[in-house]
Amino acid sequence: MNFSSADAKKWLRMGPRAMFGQFMLEIAKKNKKLIVLSADLGRSSGLARFKMEFPKQYISVGISEQNLVGVAAGLADEGYKVFVTSFAPFLSMRASEQIRMNLGYMRHNVNLVALGSGLSMGFLGNSHFGLEDIAIMRTIPNLNITCPADCSELGKVLDDYASNDRGPSYIRLTGIPGSKNVYNKNYSYKFGKNITINKGKDILILSYGSVLGQVKQSVKNLKKMNIDVELVNIVSLKPIDEKVISLFKKFNKIITIEEHTSVGGLSSIIAEKVLKNRSNIKLFSISLPDKFGPTGTYDYLLKHHGLDSDSLTKKIIKLFKKK
Amino acid sequence: MLKHINKIKELSYKIRRIIIEISYSSGEPSHIGGALSMSEILAVIYSYFNIKTLKPRDRFILSKGHGFLALLSVLYCKNFIKKKEIFKFQQNGSEFIAHPIMNKSIGIETSNGSLGQGLSFGVGLAISYKKKKNNSSVIVVVGDGECYEGSVWEAAITATENNLNNLFIVVDCNGHQNDGAINKMMSFKEMKKKWLGFGWNVNSCDGHNISALINAFKKKSKTKPTAIIAKTIKGKGVNFMENNNDWHHGRLTKNLYLESLKSLEKNSL
Repeated sequence: MNFSSADAKKWLRMGPRAMFGQFMLEIAKKNKKLIVLSADLGRSSGLARFKMEFPKQYISVGISEQNLVGVAAGLADEGYKVFVTSFAPFLSMRASEQIRMNLGYMRHNVNLVALGSGLSMGFLGNSHFGLEDIAIMRTIPNLNITCPADCSELGKVLDDYASNDRGPSYIRLTGIPGSKNVYNKNYSYKFGKNITINKGKDILILSYGSVLGQVKQSVKNLKKMNIDVELVNIVSLKPIDEKVISLFKKFNKIITIEEHTSVGGLSSIIAEKVLKNRSNIKLFSISLPDKFGPTGTYDYLLKHHGLDSDSLTKKIIKLFKKK
Repeated sequence: MLKHINKIKELSYKIRRIIIEISYSSGEPSHIGGALSMSEILAVIYSYFNIKTLKPRDRFILSKGHGFLALLSVLYCKNFIKKKEIFKFQQNGSEFIAHPIMNKSIGIETSNGSLGQGLSFGVGLAISYKKKKNNSSVIVVVGDGECYEGSVWEAAITATENNLNNLFIVVDCNGHQNDGAINKMMSFKEMKKKWLGFGWNVNSCDGHNISALINAFKKKSKTKPTAIIAKTIKGKGVNFMENNNDWHHGRLTKNLYLESLKSLEKNSL
């Protein structure tokens, strides 16, 4: 899905959940086989208009996430292009075994859209946060994990899954209306491929999701201080683009930055790659701690966990200077 | 009609015989009791509905995955699978194990084994059929013990909300689960009330009576999904296994195997 700079600005104000609904609306205009299901979170998925314009392509199953995944698999088995929405923990945890059986084991082509992952549910608290979802989902064979960094990337990801046969997926939405954009002009997205956001030579930073907007800002600030960061968007956490390994040779240090706990997310994925490739590169992780934290606005939470651009700049300088 | 019913009776006997034969030949313990309790149910489903590998077809989903011995047997009896194939049951590396592994080319529609998941999948299929204006049906078999799983009832609600009159569930009420007799709250009588309460068209019957089962399928509703509450006997047809939960998952010695065949034959007369 191509976009203009004006689109990017407009979409940023709407935020990922409202834009998810908008993108589905666009896709439904082209694809009669599209069906969107939700477990009573249609409104929260920006699907109010979709429901009105395409009532036959929308199914609400009520508050029953395990059932949601099973019903979706049955529809996918009959050839429909299926997207389901719920909040990240309700999909990745409550329906985890249904995902394992229907999407992993039987490979039914269902796209799971995990709304409000990371810290973006703000005052709704830890019950609604997606702190551990990647760790859980990535243990399931055959399941893709894709984490768009902003609304324009979300559009590209959804369009790609809707137009191709990529197999079952977990699409992780983070950020809120107003979260920083990573992409201000149109770019080329390829399924399963990393995207270099900034070329650099001093240190390698890998990140994904809406926190990438903060990292990008921080990289700009660091440039002014003569620290030249190579920043790569790992939009696909599974399958992982093996090209990342070739970067290990070019740098002495990698920092992974993510809105996920330190257990089982990108830091673990990269640590596994570093070990397997016997690389000498030094690995650092900036992530959420392995505990339940406080609640507050999204901005407050990013600051609390040191994931806002100012805190990131300080942390990166410290790690850069570390011998 | 009577000839037809006798033919299905013969099929049930054949299913039971194959269950015993492949269970014995595997040399391993297997889920015999719950397979024997559903032999008539499967014989009726595979005779009454249009079940095949090509589309359009009626779809059968075995949600009580541990009933796979019965499914494997009926698939052989109905020529989906060759005889030498079924004797690979529970051999190392085989695709025929305690629970179904999806293989549509031979009529196995889903992978199963984790209870309580088949009905949601069946609801998805039944909604698809409605959307496509395809008149086919979806039949799901669950166990009575399986109905402790909450996800069964989640799916039950979605089925009535969507008026899925093309969806059938058969509850194989053999009165037992892994650890023994089922609690009174989940008995045959209570089971009827539960499905009625969830808004289903409910027909209960003797799950070993062919014409009663056929009638239960015939009495479908114009607007509601149909639940057939089938009262069965776990281990049915083999005297020493009937209502003896040791045979939920058991191993046949040669003597017990021969005794089982004798018992089956005697009971079929």
